[in-house]
Amino acid sequence: MNAPLVDIRDLTIRFTGERTVYAVNGVSLSLGEGEVLGLLGESGSGKSVTMRALMRLLPKKRTVISGSVAVAGQDVLAMDDATLSAFRGRTVSMIFQEPALALDPVYTIGQQIAESVKRHEGASHATATARALEMLELVRIPSAKRRLDAYPHEMSGGMRQRAMIALALACKPKILLADEPTTALDATVQIQILLLLRELQREMGMSVIFVTHDIGVAIEICDKVAVMYAGQIVETGTLGDIVRTPRHPYPQGLLASTVHGARRGARLQTIPGTPPSLDQAPAACSFAPRCAHAQQRCTERLPPDVELAPGRTVRCVLAENPVPAS
Amino acid sequence: MTLIEPLPEPILEPLADIGGPAQPLLDVKNLTKHFPVGGGFLAEKKTVRAVDDVSFSIAKGETVGIVGESGCGKSTTARLLMHLMPRNAGEILFDGETVGGTLGMRDFRRGMQMVFQDSYASLNPRLTIEDSIAFGPKVHGIADRDARALARELMDKVGLRPEVFANRYPHEVSGGQRQRVNIARALALKPRLVILDEAVSALDKSVEAQVLNLLTDLKREFGLTYLFISHDLNVVRYISDRVLVMYLGQVVELGPVDEVWDGPAHPYTRALLAAMPALDPDQRTQEPPITGDPPNPIDPPAGCRFHTRCSFFEPVCAEVCPALSPVAGGAHSAACHMVIPGSGHSRAPQSLAPKAGDIAGATP
Repeated sequence: MNAPLVDIRDLTIRFTGERTVYAVNGVSLSLGEGEVLGLLGESGSGKSVTMRALMRLLPKKRTVISGSVAVAGQDVLAMDDATLSAFRGRTVSMIFQEPALALDPVYTIGQQIAESVKRHEGASHATATARALEMLELVRIPSAKRRLDAYPHEMSGGMRQRAMIALALACKPKILLADEPTTALDATVQIQILLLLRELQREMGMSVIFVTHDIGVAIEICDKVAVMYAGQIVETGTLGDIVRTPRHPYPQGLLASTVHGARRGARLQTIPGTPPSLDQAPAACSFAPRCAHAQQRCTERLPPDVELAPGRTVRCVLAENPVPAS
Repeated sequence: MTLIEPLPEPILEPLADIGGPAQPLLDVKNLTKHFPVGGGFLAEKKTVRAVDDVSFSIAKGETVGIVGESGCGKSTTARLLMHLMPRNAGEILFDGETVGGTLGMRDFRRGMQMVFQDSYASLNPRLTIEDSIAFGPKVHGIADRDARALARELMDKVGLRPEVFANRYPHEVSGGQRQRVNIARALALKPRLVILDEAVSALDKSVEAQVLNLLTDLKREFGLTYLFISHDLNVVRYISDRVLVMYLGQVVELGPVDEVWDGPAHPYTRALLAAMPALDPDQRTQEPPITGDPPNPIDPPAGCRFHTRCSFFEPVCAEVCPALSPVAGGAHSAACHMVIPGSGHSRAPQSLAPKAGDIAGATP
């Protein structure tokens, strides 16, 4: 494979202001063409912040970013405003958790999609509107022609999410960033949207980074998974690796604590404690206070990022000496 | 016997068990709630049928789960049961007594408590955790000192060290800890029934498991009965003995949780179960079990409310609303024409009634 489409190296993001938050601490990620990467983590683990950094959506004044972010060979962190607005929507687009908040309430769906096509491709109004219709049909909105003139509030949640996907894909971006796009949806609608995204990804051959806290959702859509905890990636691997043979104690605990298939009345395995507050840069393993295997060296220095195989890394001292998996 | 006995400190005792174990703790009959919407100048008046003729009962010591998608009326049902809003019709019997009749609202509120989804919004931001938990008992006439002691005892029970947390404010603790505070506050009045309305839905997965374990422990220790409302089928299966599946304000299936999971009779229940993401990368879902979004509960479809999304739709479904009927060979019931003998649906079981064949013959 040639150079990866997305290459994040040692990304560190700190929010300043009343209090300082070390949101992302040394994240490195790469994504090849046509791959679907799941970014799995709990709230506050830095997954959404990493996504936003990829599109430079973070507030300039309050954010300190270091490291490098390269997308399709371009340095995202060095872009000026004009380059950036050409880049957003054209090379990378993003869909969000709450479409009702992400869509503009005062324009119709058709106008919003057409605007993006006109802006990026310099298309005429008629061509842009035709593309908008084509996109709505692509995301399988029933009676698409009529829906072009609908305002976001006139649609149901699932429909709005489809419309947002249509908007995001209107200019055929190389990369789609999906930030918990199905979390706010009902179960029967969630699976429809997941299957739609899977199908569109295959048809259009784009790369997707899918942020989720729900391992079940990740299993439905991802090829590779990166698990985040306290602003760091603690484990990466193929979906099968992470689900079947997780090596880091955090994903191990997450998978064990799932209620899926747990017997009624049987006690659930839990990860004790709560995630750390991020008001200091990590100097040791962030998971150590909750970890059953913690050793003295875990609390003294940062754990090593051990590469077990290409694309399979574990940030844990336990991975250093190969132990037979239990 | 001494002449002057010290007055006993008023201590909250749980409400007495009146009807004995055979009497359901909660008996709900034909519960209905309609909200009028619109109806402004020249605008047409419409009705949201949020809860429509819902009947069920909860036995003492049982955990009943309610599942359904947004807008199906699960939270409205909870609020009606708590008497947080008036109902249009229906009867709610708490251990055989009607609220406002033989059971006063004050005592009823002691008997039934509720934990809400949003742990932050349901706590007073200006009260410390200890004050919040002690508030209810004080209203019920417990001395300040005793109420505080009770609050600290409960904090300990829900896994919050009193010396660390008692004087903190809600914004100073994490979501999981706040939900523990809400649980402690609900338990402060020694309730018999606790309604948990999406109580673990907003929590991270690792914390969710902790709170579920806590709920199991508390149930055993205090002999509680739970009504557990959630959209997460895995959680409901784990915690419930019986389950109610709701769709657009109606109960579509009701029965022991394992039986409903293993042999769902209503197409909607089947779709809900099939829509759960598989936890096996080799068994990914290939086809969405149903298409479309749940219809708007304003003026829901006539007949069976699910007929607009159902793949077994036949004309009878749009005409007659199926009643909750026992599923053949099982202990559970479903509201679907396919389980009602002689309903007129071609997949309905053959019944002994002679009319059934005639009607079934009319359909293709």
